[in-house]
Order: sequence, then structure tokens, then C-alpha cells
Amino acid sequence: MTFINYASREINCKIVYYGPGLGGKTTNLQYIYDSTAAQAKGKLISLATETDRTLFFDFLPLDLGTVRGFKTRFHLYTVPGQVFYDASRKLILKGVDGMVFVADSQRERMDANIESLFNLELNLKQHGYDLMKVPYVLQLNKRDLPNVVSMADLTAELQRKGEPVFEGVANRGVGVFDTLKAVAKQVLLELRKASGG
Amino acid sequence: MSTPVVLYEQEYEQLKRVITRLSADANAKFVFLVDKNGQQIAAHGEMLNLDTTSLASLTAGNVAATDGLAHLIGERGFPVLSHEGERDNIHISIVAARVILVVIFDERSSLGLVRLRVKRATAEINGIFESIDLKVDSERNMGMALDSPFAEITEADIDALFS
Repeated sequence: MTFINYASREINCKIVYYGPGLGGKTTNLQYIYDSTAAQAKGKLISLATETDRTLFFDFLPLDLGTVRGFKTRFHLYTVPGQVFYDASRKLILKGVDGMVFVADSQRERMDANIESLFNLELNLKQHGYDLMKVPYVLQLNKRDLPNVVSMADLTAELQRKGEPVFEGVANRGVGVFDTLKAVAKQVLLELRKASGG
Repeated sequence: MSTPVVLYEQEYEQLKRVITRLSADANAKFVFLVDKNGQQIAAHGEMLNLDTTSLASLTAGNVAATDGLAHLIGERGFPVLSHEGERDNIHISIVAARVILVVIFDERSSLGLVRLRVKRATAEINGIFESIDLKVDSERNMGMALDSPFAEITEADIDALFS
């Protein structure tokens, strides 16, 4: 839920990266963190297990700059992708303004993508959101690996509502900022709509 | 999508006054208000280098996880959480069902004193949020769009953010 602070002239929006385990959600945030100037970002917080799997969430606050005199800040979160962390995954969706689904392009992860997408729709519904109405972007990650499904087949299988689709190689930054920009844009345009603009 | 949460200058000043006084009355090191989604609303205290953005996000995560636990055992929620450290302690309470009041204190204060002072501040903060609700509702009923800075945002404005 967007938070508009007229006193400090700040707008805060929440974007959540969703998707199957080991799909590259944390890697997206890590790349954004590594390639953003120090003054534009806060600390990257990872609540992870000892083996670096996301346990609860990763969190990165990002200042994008000023729009119409208001400092625009995005809070980026990832959810734990592993199936059995569903209770905590659901908590992170509360108050979400925009979603990124990070799909794993490898052939053997197709079922995991579909299951995770289904889980996203279900969990959003439980918070009273409809995926069809939430700002949403699909990233097809790991395009550099040899055993990937074609873009066309993945898009046909995973695209839900004509949302923007990006190819990603998150560990090298390919598609990372395009994805973020696309979802941020939708969130801000949604704000315009909400304010009658 | 849900309606944005709005905080106006006047109410922000009132909230700031309440937490400043709470900080003094409770002998606290730091007091801050954060919404349940992890957005910081107001802060006051002596811990200058505290990363309040992270603190806000982790507090909200903590409260959300504890609420989840409560529901699992059939409770509506745990409205007060308290963490005790070697030097500093954190007292977390839910106010007006949607904001979280956090008090960080050390041996100069006590849990009893903090609880007592938080109770009074909670009533005041409740009142302030009720007046924000009334303001937002009345503007909406009068057909006035909130004076949103985003009403006239253009795609070029958004593109400029990423340039």
C-alpha cells in the first residue's frame, strides 16, 4: 500500500519479487544493490538460512529520485521461494503495490514456475488482491543456461494478462533494471489513476 | 488496488509531539512509529546512526510473523512484543490496529515504566489516526481528489527517474 507523506514529501511503494526457489529473486535485488549509487540505496537485508536460501525476505530500500517535488522511494522485497515457506511468503504480500514474477527458464523448472504462479494468485486473493489488477511484470530468468524453454513457449505458459515480459540473466544484470523500471512505471501510473489524474 | 495511506503535515507534527514526549516520559533512547507494511512514519531519539528504514521493515516483518503465529494457535494477535537484550531492549505495540509503536530503552528505564507511558501515548495516537481518517473521508465525500502529487505525472517524469 503506497504511503504518501506530505510532511516529509515522500512517497513509498512496495514491490515484491515472487517466483520458484532458486529462480533468481535475491540475485535481482543483489544486482540492483551492487549497481546503485550509495546515496540512492539503503542496506540490503537478507533473512536467509545458513545455506543462503531466503528464510523470510530480502529487503532493499531504493530512492529513485524526485517526481513533482516528492521523493520517490521503492521498497523491494523478495519472498522465500521454497514451497514449504508458504506462511511467511504470504505475509510479505501484505500491502504490495507491484509484483515481479521471476521465472526459471530451465526446462526442469517449468512445473515449479506454474506451481509458484498459481500460489501467487491464491495468496494475493487471500489478501484481497487480484493479480489481474495489480501492477505486474514477468521476468524469464537464466536465459544463458543451455537447457532453457523458448521465450515463446514460456510466455505462452506463464503470461497472465499481457504484462511486460523480459529476458533475464540476473547474475549479470541482463533484464534486471528493465524489469524494475517496467513495474515501477506501472505502480506510478496506478497512483495517477487513483488520484484521478 | 488499495487506497494509499496518507499522512498530512498537521497530523505528522502531532504524532511527532506525542512520540517526543513519550521518549522523555519513558526515559527511552529511541521511539518510532511504523506502519504495518514497514513504512516509517515518525521517529525521535538519541540513536543517531540507527538505520531506521531497516528497523521499520524488520519490525513490520516481526509483527507480521508473530501475528501469523497467533492465528495458528487461535489468538487474534499479540498486541505487545518485548525483546530483552544485554544493554538495550525493544518494546513493540500495535496501535489503532495498523501502526506499530516501537520504544528502544536501556537500564535508565524499565519495562514497567515503558508500558505505562506507551498506554497513554497509544490513546493519543489513536485519536490522531481517527482524525486523519475523517479528513480523508470528508475530502472523498466532497468529491475532492486528494491533492496528490501524482495526479499529473507523465510518462516522461517516470522515465526521468531511471535516466
